[in-house]
Amino acid sequence: MDIILDNLPGLLIAIPLLGAFLTPVLSRAGDNVRNVWVMVITTLSSLCGLLVASRVLEAGTIVYAFGVDTISNVIPLDSGGIPIRIIFTIDPINAFMLIIAAVVGFCITLYSISSMEKLSGKDGFFTLLFLLVASVYGMIATGDLFNFFVFLEISSLAGAALVAYRIDKGVATEAGFKYAALSTLGGMLFLVGVGLLYAQYNSLNMAVIADRMQLTGLDIMAFVLFFTALAMKCGAVPMHFWTPDSYTMAPSSVTAFLVVSSQASLYALFRVCFTLYGGQINPLTVGWVIIILGVLSMFIGVTMAIPQKDVKRLMAYHAVSQTGYMLLGVGVGLAALSSTCFSQGVGMMALKGGLFHIMNHALYKGLLFLTAGVIMYRCGTRNLNQLGGLGHNMKWTMIFFMIGALAIAGIPPFNGFASKLLIYESTFLFNPLIAVIAMVVSILTLASFVKVFHSMFMGPKLPEYQDVEEAPKPMLIAMGILAVLVILFGIFPQQVVDTLVTPAAFALVDYHGYISAVLGGA
Amino acid sequence: MIESFTLTTGFGAWNALFWVIAFVIAFIIGWLIWLRGEKVYDTSKGSTAPFLSGIAEPDKKEVHIRAGNLYWGYNDALSGYYKFVKPFHTGNLSDYFLAYLLVTAIVLIVVVVLK
Repeated sequence: MDIILDNLPGLLIAIPLLGAFLTPVLSRAGDNVRNVWVMVITTLSSLCGLLVASRVLEAGTIVYAFGVDTISNVIPLDSGGIPIRIIFTIDPINAFMLIIAAVVGFCITLYSISSMEKLSGKDGFFTLLFLLVASVYGMIATGDLFNFFVFLEISSLAGAALVAYRIDKGVATEAGFKYAALSTLGGMLFLVGVGLLYAQYNSLNMAVIADRMQLTGLDIMAFVLFFTALAMKCGAVPMHFWTPDSYTMAPSSVTAFLVVSSQASLYALFRVCFTLYGGQINPLTVGWVIIILGVLSMFIGVTMAIPQKDVKRLMAYHAVSQTGYMLLGVGVGLAALSSTCFSQGVGMMALKGGLFHIMNHALYKGLLFLTAGVIMYRCGTRNLNQLGGLGHNMKWTMIFFMIGALAIAGIPPFNGFASKLLIYESTFLFNPLIAVIAMVVSILTLASFVKVFHSMFMGPKLPEYQDVEEAPKPMLIAMGILAVLVILFGIFPQQVVDTLVTPAAFALVDYHGYISAVLGGA
Repeated sequence: MIESFTLTTGFGAWNALFWVIAFVIAFIIGWLIWLRGEKVYDTSKGSTAPFLSGIAEPDKKEVHIRAGNLYWGYNDALSGYYKFVKPFHTGNLSDYFLAYLLVTAIVLIVVVVLK
């Protein structure tokens, strides 16, 4: 048992990879065998993520090196103080992200069992889905820049293949191609940045590079390459154009996890700003750049969402808008913490708000995409102009949609309100105008979801949907889990903030702690 | 007990409990009103059909207000804004690349100048 617990960080990647590669083989034994296998793998994988997170939150940062049996061998004696192996460094911010990936990963896999039931090619679908899950865990857990690039590429390739999985008259293929092409450009530029740092510091380990960072011209160039690649991957305006295309055409369960994948990139963006370049790059400048991207994302995302007729495209633009809130919170946090004009409390509160919103967004946006998937599954269309009156027959789906919609609009007592409140208050003290924009965006979000709610669920029963049925049970259970978490996180926000968000925020700020956890104070 | 529902923001506090109580009270009021409603009526004789001054009820498809008919005032008021923003969303991959590289260049200039 101890050997399993000691190797949990390795199992984070190993379990979904095993699941991915054996799924096509086991699919030969029939649908039931494959479904049981898929559920076993996703349960083990999510349990593993939750266990790692709980151990980190209890005992502190875990440093796990592949290929050594004792932690003292992480830095070999003859390596000049450089950890040469692939290292996973999991501190509370990583634990925070692992929890998100574990919960959403489990729900979307459970949902997919039903949503993919009538379709062919399920073995390939689940293989790609597990590859995507493994890559997200890898992006979150790794402490090595090149290793991060590898997981980023796996995530892009698996994500693009899943977006294009249902050809849909070529539209999905086009969306997948765009996602792949743009991700490849971002990945290549990220790799150039890794090369620039490796050439100077002889290491790929984030802690070593952070410790030796001199902020040369090449370092700044690498920073910009990292920054824009990761901002593009998380869908920040004006690099968001791939988001509506991909999120719309991907199967809904995949879209819900693509949101988590984007958030893993967002985490990496924050890791680069706070840890890799912590104390070196001008935090006020970078903070304001993040704030501007955040405000643009919030406003353009929501205003582009309102006129949409395709429910998933509309939700995709809202995903861009909500990413803006996260960027805003963390950007204000970065800028305020470095400024003498504001108390540390303002910066930390904004940072907590931004991080809390990442978790909340993964839950309610995942829930909303899953409800959109149910509509598509039962009615065969995403076009809001063709839908209506579904509330008569799909009561649970309607209730889950309402919960998600109220949460994303920041209506109390749902979870979106709690994180937005932290962002509003701290941003108001930092710059009242930005706080007003954030609130206006929330009102527009509510207006947009009122339109969707009316178009899909209200009105008389339409003849073509007279006998439409409620979603199958696995899909309802998956949505139910997310809906319950949305409500609980809204009613008990302080517990979530104290247990998960505050340790994550402090871990992000404490780059000395990150470095010393890996290098042992070297 | 109440503290466990209170989110402290550092500058204020928010308690979800009061909202939950408000929801429960609203639900109970709604339920009581519903209880007072007519329990038995014959739906076959048009008691649930809309009364339109003797005009026949239109087809269900025509009654439902579609998404495209909502917020026309908002869309009209902001048509100038949309004329500016929508053309950027061309769907052309070359434009996606261009936007990405443009932002990279701008961020590089800003970070170098304000180093």
